[in-house]
Amino acid sequence: MNNIVVKNIVRFLLLVLVQVFILNKLNLFGYLSPFVYVLFILLLPFRTNKLLLLVLAFLIGLTIDVFGDTPGLHASATVLMAFIRPSVISVFFGRIEFTQKEAPDIKKLGFIGFGKYAFVLVMVHHFSLYFMEALSFSRFFDTLKTTFLSTLLSMVLIYIIVFLFSRKK
Amino acid sequence: MRNLFIFLWDNRFFTLFLILETISVGLLSTSYSYQRSLSYSLTNDISGSLLKTYSDLSDYFYLKEENKQLLEDNANLRNQVAGSFLATDTSTVYLDTLYRFLPARIISITNKMQMNRIIIDKGKIHGIKKEMGVIGKDGIVGIVIGVSDHYSTLMSALSRNANFSAMIKQNGQLVNVSWPGDNYLYGEINDIPSHIQLLEGDTIVSSGNSIIFPKGIIIGYVVEHQKREDKDLSKAKIRFSVDFNKLHHVYIVKNLMKHELDSLIMQTYNE
Repeated sequence: MNNIVVKNIVRFLLLVLVQVFILNKLNLFGYLSPFVYVLFILLLPFRTNKLLLLVLAFLIGLTIDVFGDTPGLHASATVLMAFIRPSVISVFFGRIEFTQKEAPDIKKLGFIGFGKYAFVLVMVHHFSLYFMEALSFSRFFDTLKTTFLSTLLSMVLIYIIVFLFSRKK
Repeated sequence: MRNLFIFLWDNRFFTLFLILETISVGLLSTSYSYQRSLSYSLTNDISGSLLKTYSDLSDYFYLKEENKQLLEDNANLRNQVAGSFLATDTSTVYLDTLYRFLPARIISITNKMQMNRIIIDKGKIHGIKKEMGVIGKDGIVGIVIGVSDHYSTLMSALSRNANFSAMIKQNGQLVNVSWPGDNYLYGEINDIPSHIQLLEGDTIVSSGNSIIFPKGIIIGYVVEHQKREDKDLSKAKIRFSVDFNKLHHVYIVKNLMKHELDSLIMQTYNE
């Protein structure tokens, strides 16, 4: 149990560092950027207390906000993502039994299963992020395009990170 | 009342979700408008010093480029010192020291959001105050909106609600430069009177009307001017002279007369 807590704390710190110091500096075609820190929320154990899930999501979002000086922007997106996570899991994987320790990773859900799960949540997060940022629907299709392309970019990086770390174990 | 609490507790997942979202959106809305972002900024010394450590390291990669730019900058300044002019040259006017420039280093910058922020490594103890202008080697960069002891946050010219008072260099016509929010390379001028025709390459400079920037600092160059027959004011697209993706060093503009000007304006308001 303790092991899981430590593992998640380390994951939290590493993802924040990677996001703030490497990915936030990245700028593809002038407007695309990946947000892989959401992997922290994706990989929290299945049985994480729902309230804790929201609080942790709020924390990581706010941390990213502090570094980018975007008060509340990432926090609102991560909280929304954490809010729908339990529903997404029960819709996609309602019939799978999970133990206390298991996390919704590639090992448990498979390549495709994890992809479905991650894609939906990452998409929701990015959608919320870009629309909150624009604070309007006036450029709806531009924002939608950015959301979609950024989601793809984030997904690619998420898979790369997941593979890098699953090999070591 | 009791029933309400029972209801909230029974739906505590949803309640907590609502509470956290409200906090986030509250924070977000305080930072949305320029006026309010002046009174609210997350700038603090902890995140600042972390970002600085990182940029200390990453700056080594840009040393060569930086040196080149500093040399260019130096050469430009050398051209302006008294010794560079003939003694008989009376066309040069030496300005009274109205503006002071303070160099600063960028430790964090974004340019793909709708509201882009820049964090620099100078703060309150260096005399930085809110609403000071910031320029780069090539032109206008932004305005200080948040100050902590050692760091400050700027609202970049790439912010959807930023509006810079500018003028067309050739004829002194006043215009406003804004940023439409998509590409970090291009800005927009919205209020060009119908009798004016801009050409590609025309220079847009700061007007000096706001006491934030000195007059004549380059903002950008006109890329295209769409004239509309049916409207009095037309639009033009400009290319920013500053490349926000390659920005590492900036100068903060201190207006030495700001205090006096501000109190003068207040005086007029109060009467």
